[in-house]
Amino acid sequence: MRRATEEPAWLRWLLCLAAVGLLALFLALPLAAVFTEALRRGIGPALAALEDPDAVAAIGLTLLVAAIAVPVNLVGGVAAAWAIAQFDFPGRRLLTVLIELPFSVSPVISGLVYVLVFGAQGWLGPWLETRGLQVIFALPGLVLATIFVTFPFVARTLIPLMQAQGRAEAEAAATLGASGWQIFRRVTLPNIRWALLSGVLLCNARAMGEFGAVSVVSGHVRGETNTMPLHVEILYNEYQFVGAFAVAALLALLALVTLGAKAVLERMGGRRLESA
Amino acid sequence: MRRRDALPGLGLTLGITWLWLGLIVLVPLSALAIRPWELGLAGVWASVTEPRVLASLRLSFGAALLAALVDLPLGLLVAWVVVRYRFPGRRLLDAAIDLPFALPTAVAGLALTALYAPNGWLGAPLAAMGVTVAFTPLGVVVALAFVGLPFIVRMVEPVLRDLGPEAEEAAATLGATRWQAWRLVVLPALGPALASGLALAFARAVGEYGSVIFIAGNRPMESEIAPLLIVARLEQYDYAGAAALGLAMLLLSFALLLAFGLVQRWLRRGMA
Amino acid sequence: MTIEVRGLMRRYGGVAALDGVALAVGQGEFVALLGPSGSGKTTLLRSLAGLEFPDAGEVLIDGRDMAQVPARERGIGFVFQNYALFRHMTVFENIAFGLRIRPRRQRPGRAEIARRVEELLALVRLPGLEARYPEQLSGGQRQRVALARALAIEPRVLLLDEPFGALDAKVRKELRLWLRGLHDRLGLTSLFVTHDQDEALELADRVAVMRDGRVVQFDTPEVLLARPADAGVAGFLGDAAPVACEVRGGQAHFAALPPVAAEGVRDGRAVAFLRPVDLLAEPGAGAARVAAARQDGRGVRLTVELGGMLLEALPAQGWVPQRGEACCVRVLGARVFPA
Repeated sequence: MRRATEEPAWLRWLLCLAAVGLLALFLALPLAAVFTEALRRGIGPALAALEDPDAVAAIGLTLLVAAIAVPVNLVGGVAAAWAIAQFDFPGRRLLTVLIELPFSVSPVISGLVYVLVFGAQGWLGPWLETRGLQVIFALPGLVLATIFVTFPFVARTLIPLMQAQGRAEAEAAATLGASGWQIFRRVTLPNIRWALLSGVLLCNARAMGEFGAVSVVSGHVRGETNTMPLHVEILYNEYQFVGAFAVAALLALLALVTLGAKAVLERMGGRRLESA
Repeated sequence: MRRRDALPGLGLTLGITWLWLGLIVLVPLSALAIRPWELGLAGVWASVTEPRVLASLRLSFGAALLAALVDLPLGLLVAWVVVRYRFPGRRLLDAAIDLPFALPTAVAGLALTALYAPNGWLGAPLAAMGVTVAFTPLGVVVALAFVGLPFIVRMVEPVLRDLGPEAEEAAATLGATRWQAWRLVVLPALGPALASGLALAFARAVGEYGSVIFIAGNRPMESEIAPLLIVARLEQYDYAGAAALGLAMLLLSFALLLAFGLVQRWLRRGMA
Repeated sequence: MTIEVRGLMRRYGGVAALDGVALAVGQGEFVALLGPSGSGKTTLLRSLAGLEFPDAGEVLIDGRDMAQVPARERGIGFVFQNYALFRHMTVFENIAFGLRIRPRRQRPGRAEIARRVEELLALVRLPGLEARYPEQLSGGQRQRVALARALAIEPRVLLLDEPFGALDAKVRKELRLWLRGLHDRLGLTSLFVTHDQDEALELADRVAVMRDGRVVQFDTPEVLLARPADAGVAGFLGDAAPVACEVRGGQAHFAALPPVAAEGVRDGRAVAFLRPVDLLAEPGAGAARVAAARQDGRGVRLTVELGGMLLEALPAQGWVPQRGEACCVRVLGARVFPA
């Protein structure tokens, strides 16, 4: 006999099928389309598109931007989470809200604000230019815009977790003579490492995949200020579909790897939490 | 006397946090608040009330709201199935939900365009039925629904998991039918989470750019979204005009989110 | 080590958690901080450890002002309410933590640390559990690991926040006596927070009764029971029932009970606090009636109904009270305060 709170079997199966079908249509089909289009003329042309010097430059630039932006947000996010979770201070709520702010700002606006400050007619742009420093249409602008859009990832993963874990263990360590760094290294970090890694992964995926914000500050100079997503757009607009989809497929792979790793990390973190 | 804290590190971490927040977020955003006024009040007003701008705002906000509303039942269905049922592939399904978060928006845009183009896998059969998706406002809604779906699922999932079957069991012992228990017990409990998910999906969709511009066709007055107009103005070095539009978008979406927040408070009333 | 607290104030928002606390604890004393929740006892304990910093007032340990000394430099052993064991470390690592984090020059060698941990595990009677993780331990075991961890840094002062709160009744009783023995053996100065008066009265040399952020009385259990400082303390301790009375010429007169001495209380309306041991019930024709009589491990627990009140009393030797039986009640003593 089925339990009182169970739907009849046919309804359960119908709902499951509907959900699976929906996600297949909504998520799997687009992914399949990317890989199909990339391999339309076989693996050779797709690989050739990735070995094109402009594509190689775009991949290199994407890696470089992420390699700068992610550590900045890692340090900032951990510092913010520590301050917010371990202390009561005036303005704590405000700070929590402000940290989330970049998520509710359009990527285009995220790029725009840096143009307003550093662009040719920006507040600091002309002054910096006379000193030979170009921010917009150059690497610094790409990095800044990327930091902006990936700003909250680490902090927002850590804050709820650290608040849930409470301050008692850190306080216990303090009464035993531990310094701030020792408390962080030996007590806090081991308890948050999976979540931290998962936040970093998401931050990295977004940093490498960001389109709108970097598009505004990039200037689209091939081989110089083109990141992978921008390269996809250029190729697409030039009707080089195989090339566009090949680079897109590479980005899609990055997303899939990120999701897989995140799922694994969550299970490890979950196990630790359950056992605690 | 300076007040001390039990744990060390407040000064250092708070300093880093405010520096990081200030330099990366607050100072640049202040430019957005200040620069439009170079045009003067009338200039700003004229710049954001051009017919083309109004059409783009209508599209961005309308399509975002529509997409979020479409996502609502779909997200609820997926969350319910993932939390309540055990079936092969559930784990995979659960992990896949986040794909729109992780997939670069340009890739999503490209993929959706390929799918819904008149010769695409889905576009062709739809075209045979007389429905055009790609390069129309409908395409914009499809792309925004794609990016918004995980927000609903991820907000509802934990609440549904916490809710557990006990409340429904109680309803059942009191003589409620399955449908009554669902409608009177489960759905109200999920209300606030659904509202938050809706707000998040909407907020994300309003500003969305990468996944939209490929599929939208970008015809002025018809399928041109507001962020694209900002880009267009920047390309003409119309900084103030771009900033004015950006500010208008931001204020409008904050106002709407505030309204959502109030609705949510209202939904949450009486719940601990 | 001695502990002295003067005029300690701590506010959270508009609420005073500590409102001028004063307390002096001597070397080797075992002191309980007793009070209802919200009385400030935990805040006081945390202030001693350096986990809270007061808005005003002084904390002196061995005469030294602690205002600018952070928790990590106080060298005070602290046992947290839910133990706060490091969940990702084994029992061994938990206990060794305080030694391992010392600066290199003060850090004992690896073998020395292992020896000390082993010693401490023997002390808390948990040998062989080094490799376990906290989640693999019972509540009582966790409590003892927390204690061993606190003792590893060889503190002279031990602070315990509700040390037995999370344990079941049987384990609690066992651990109490054992903890008291440990305190005596190690020559510690200890303070523990509790809301359980039995625990405080049974264990402590002196009990500080706290209410609304103040210490209202700080005395030995005997003095607290015999001469409570005010009506609040009298009502809080020893299951005392408040009974209205009238004081005339050093005697308290009741509506339905014989009068009892109330020396030093001014004439007028008053409240007498009567504990079960203050009332002796005897069979015979009296105004009282047996409302309930129940045998338990400690003897007969008797409730009598008298003039509309229900009072707990001791039955006279050799009498087996029956429900509904008439009896009379003698008052052996009372603590009387003006109403």
